Amino acid sequence: MTSPDSIGPIVDLSGVTLNLRSGAGEVNVLRGIDLTIGAGEVVGIVGPSGAGKSTLMMITAGLETPTSGSVMVAGQQLNGLNEDRLALFRRANVGIVFQAFRLVPTMTALENVAIPLELAGRADAFEAAEEGLRQVGLAHRVTHYPDQLSGGEQQRVAVARAFVAKPRLILADEPTGNLDGQTGDAVIETLFGLARDHGTTLMLITHDMEIAKLCGRVVRIADGLIAEDSRSDRAAAE
Amino acid sequence: MSGMSRAFADLPLALTYARRELRTGLKGFRIFLACLALGVAAIAGVGSVSTAMLDGIQSNARELLGGDIDIRKIYQPADPEQRAYLEREGARVSEIVSMRSMSRTVSGQESALVELKAVDRAYPLVGALTVEPAAPLQDLMAERNGVFGAIVEPALAARLDLAVGDRFKLGDAELELRAIVTDEPDRVINFASFGPRVLISTEALPATGLVQLGSLIRYHYRVLLPTGTDPGRWMDALSDAFPDAGWRVRGLDNATPGYERFTDRVTLFLTLVGLTALLVGGVGVVMAVKSYLDGKTETVATLKCLGASGGFVFKTYLAVVLVLGAVGVVLGLAVGALAPLAAAQFANAMLPFEIPTRIYPVPLALAALYGMMTALTFSLWPLGKALEIKAAQLFRSSIAPLGGRPRWRIVLATGISAALLAALAILGSRDAGFATAFVVGSLAAVALFLGASWLVMRLATLAGRPRDPELRMALANLHRPGAPTPGVVLALGLGLTVLVTVALIQANLNRQVNEQIPHNAPAFFFIDIQPHQIAEFREVVGAVEGVSDVRVTPMVRGRITEIKGVPVAEAQVDPEVAWALNGDRGVTYSAEKPETAELESGAWWPSDYSGPPLISLDSRLAEGFGVEIGDSITLNVLGRPITGEVANTRVIEWGSLRMNFTFVFAPGVIETAPHTLISTLRVADPSIEAAVQRAVSNALPNVTAIRVKEALNAANRILEAVAISVRATAAVTLIAGTLVLAGAVAAGHARRVRDAIILKVLGATRIRIVKTYLLEYGLLGLATALIASVLGSGIAFGVVTQVMRSDFVLSVTAVATTAAVATVITLSMGFIGTWRALGQRPAGLLRNE
Repeated sequence: MTSPDSIGPIVDLSGVTLNLRSGAGEVNVLRGIDLTIGAGEVVGIVGPSGAGKSTLMMITAGLETPTSGSVMVAGQQLNGLNEDRLALFRRANVGIVFQAFRLVPTMTALENVAIPLELAGRADAFEAAEEGLRQVGLAHRVTHYPDQLSGGEQQRVAVARAFVAKPRLILADEPTGNLDGQTGDAVIETLFGLARDHGTTLMLITHDMEIAKLCGRVVRIADGLIAEDSRSDRAAAE
Repeated sequence: MSGMSRAFADLPLALTYARRELRTGLKGFRIFLACLALGVAAIAGVGSVSTAMLDGIQSNARELLGGDIDIRKIYQPADPEQRAYLEREGARVSEIVSMRSMSRTVSGQESALVELKAVDRAYPLVGALTVEPAAPLQDLMAERNGVFGAIVEPALAARLDLAVGDRFKLGDAELELRAIVTDEPDRVINFASFGPRVLISTEALPATGLVQLGSLIRYHYRVLLPTGTDPGRWMDALSDAFPDAGWRVRGLDNATPGYERFTDRVTLFLTLVGLTALLVGGVGVVMAVKSYLDGKTETVATLKCLGASGGFVFKTYLAVVLVLGAVGVVLGLAVGALAPLAAAQFANAMLPFEIPTRIYPVPLALAALYGMMTALTFSLWPLGKALEIKAAQLFRSSIAPLGGRPRWRIVLATGISAALLAALAILGSRDAGFATAFVVGSLAAVALFLGASWLVMRLATLAGRPRDPELRMALANLHRPGAPTPGVVLALGLGLTVLVTVALIQANLNRQVNEQIPHNAPAFFFIDIQPHQIAEFREVVGAVEGVSDVRVTPMVRGRITEIKGVPVAEAQVDPEVAWALNGDRGVTYSAEKPETAELESGAWWPSDYSGPPLISLDSRLAEGFGVEIGDSITLNVLGRPITGEVANTRVIEWGSLRMNFTFVFAPGVIETAPHTLISTLRVADPSIEAAVQRAVSNALPNVTAIRVKEALNAANRILEAVAISVRATAAVTLIAGTLVLAGAVAAGHARRVRDAIILKVLGATRIRIVKTYLLEYGLLGLATALIASVLGSGIAFGVVTQVMRSDFVLSVTAVATTAAVATVITLSMGFIGTWRALGQRPAGLLRNE
């Protein structure tokens, strides 16, 4: 695996295409994506439904294999890795936050956060998980099960879980999509804060332009291609 | 790290995750647990009761045998030299004489067939005979005022309306009833026993006049061995001292071989029924595990997304299934372990020993192994499919369970596990051949039902789009992806097939016993007619109006000792006919071919034949013994070896109850041996049977009359008892099938609720929704019943025509009842499921969506 100190882009996609077969024939989901994201960048991915945003994220996480093109994440070439090697890669390098939280319902908040560390064989999994929950303001909810938590709390647990193993890249897919405005704002604040504190690269899919504006860079996907890649003034100034 | 240690490195964590999964309780696993518990309870129960029975026999072997050794001679008592040897070499010896005979009231108006047992002063060597009123045995049987005493079973006292102190007749003797026997330690467990017991002293026996040359009399010599004597060596020495004695010698290890054989066969049959229940339950396991893992698709995808390998996920959920499997097995074992207690309550009164109420670890361990292997075999497939769940599915709005088959490694593991389960069924059985046939038959039945379910789904597809919307939706539900059709057809179908098979075999047996046999069979068998009594016998029965077709045949009994010159102990014999070697066979002689005889091979001898002994043999025995025309068979007849050459083979229809003999000799040999005659006759009206019996027993007290009607009643009683137990066990299979159906309904509940609500939203009334689901389940039940009826009828046809060698008649009632049962079960389950689905309010679900 790559050393955290290595220099170079965290995400480097080159000529990535994805064609899927469906009943109606072949669908070109991605038609040639070239995207490079540097360490510590916060990138908003926007675009209409069906444009290929989630597919782009799946390919970046090693959850989908592109039809063609090169996928390099955290210095690791993902093309050609088998499913278990990809799982190990994610465990070490990528944290994911989903719109629907995706917590394991049979585990407590603490156990959910500890999963990536336990899978990595870390002896201090629960101590680190407890610290993670404290960082998202849920130190008092460690023994609660997901169905005993509100939507906002569940998403904060998911955020803590994504960050707990100190990955170099966080992928967030519509993290506020299932939350009301105020709760969503709080979650975004937590997510951005942690990314900043840890120096983690953040790729965020959103339909909410207000949230997109908070990102240093916004990539607009349309019809399987990058239609626009712009940096905000704040990012340019930085 | 080696591959193996890497594979186990994450096992502790997988077990931790499994434990976390199990914290939520048994929700969704009730059917899984019930299926496994039922099968394991059946196998553990059968195994425990069977072991307890054999344990009971072994613990009471001395009482049951009546000593350390039992020596039996037929027709003749031991000669003085043999008696002297037994007295010299044994610590104590007791002589017992037993035979069938007729007892009568003093007036001669009532008579009854009895099992007579004359005992000497040493009886019983072991245990105690319990009588009411209690008194020393010898005092009760002693001669008082010129009359010997008798002790009888309550059934005879009731039959002849006798009370203690009354007199009755046995042969030529008049006896006084002195006590009623309540417990006889060495009572033979005989399922074909026709008469109650009468006990008298051997001193009283001559007065009865029943001991006549050629009469079927059994002389038993029970021996208590001196302390420290090795019974095996003692028996070897006896055999060396009297190699041609023609007696049967039994030790404690073989106290009740017939009963042990019976227990073995029943155990084998019931274990296989238990395995069928477990097989059906296995379908429930597959469906429950699939349904459970379908609900875990998101969790599995999440774990994979967080870096868990497929192997880790597999280990985690395998551990969950095995732990729950163990819970089901323990539940089943708890029920099975208590089975000897229930059996003791039920059967102790009928057995001459008490069934021990202990826990037997070996059958329980075997049942546990069956249960765990079933849980493993049937869960590997759905677990393997969980391996294929992709983490990428988390990015979809709804996560659908996967179709298709798991990877080849899992398919292979499932195959190996199934093969081990089959091997366990075969090796754990007492009859490997039968168990192998069962395993092959089960696989064929499973394949057949899966094929049939495919056909049902295909037909539902081909039915197109009927105009009736409810029918259209019902048909669509039968073949849509993920439909429970294969599981329900397989599980319920297997249960119903067993039920149809059992019902049809029973219907055919009943028809045989209650319709065909009474129509063809004679009214009476008379045995032990002395040659000099034959004219008088004919005269007596001829005097009763309505008697016809009086047939008389000479008979001796002989024991097969050699087949083709090979001693029977070493001969290769088909187990189907091994019964013929276990006791004495009826032997007759005839110059002419009997009218009813149907030759299968060879030719009948000339009526004036004189030459070396020739044999006409039952064709089934000939086949089982592997003998052909010209081969030799040796019989021991009255202690004398007679070797004959097989001249022809005959097809015997035993069901006719006519006089049939496995061995018919050509004239020239048997008639020189002391023999008796047996006779059959018909009556015009059953009401004169009593008069015939009365006339014969008064005129010829030594002749024993066996009324076919009573024998059939006894057979019917046995059939009824067997039918109840067989049906009860068949019901276990059906219960397992019903559980699987209930599981399928429960698993489809969420989909049903969603469908019902969408239909309601679209304006469907509740009655139309109910009609749709009832149509779906009605069609499923009918299709399953149809397949089970065809398959069950085929199996029953095979058993009735090939094993029982009888004509097969398809009982429409039996099949229709089963079809109705299937339809009612499926409709009820469907209705319960639909009712629950209809109770859900649309708003709640739509808001959550």
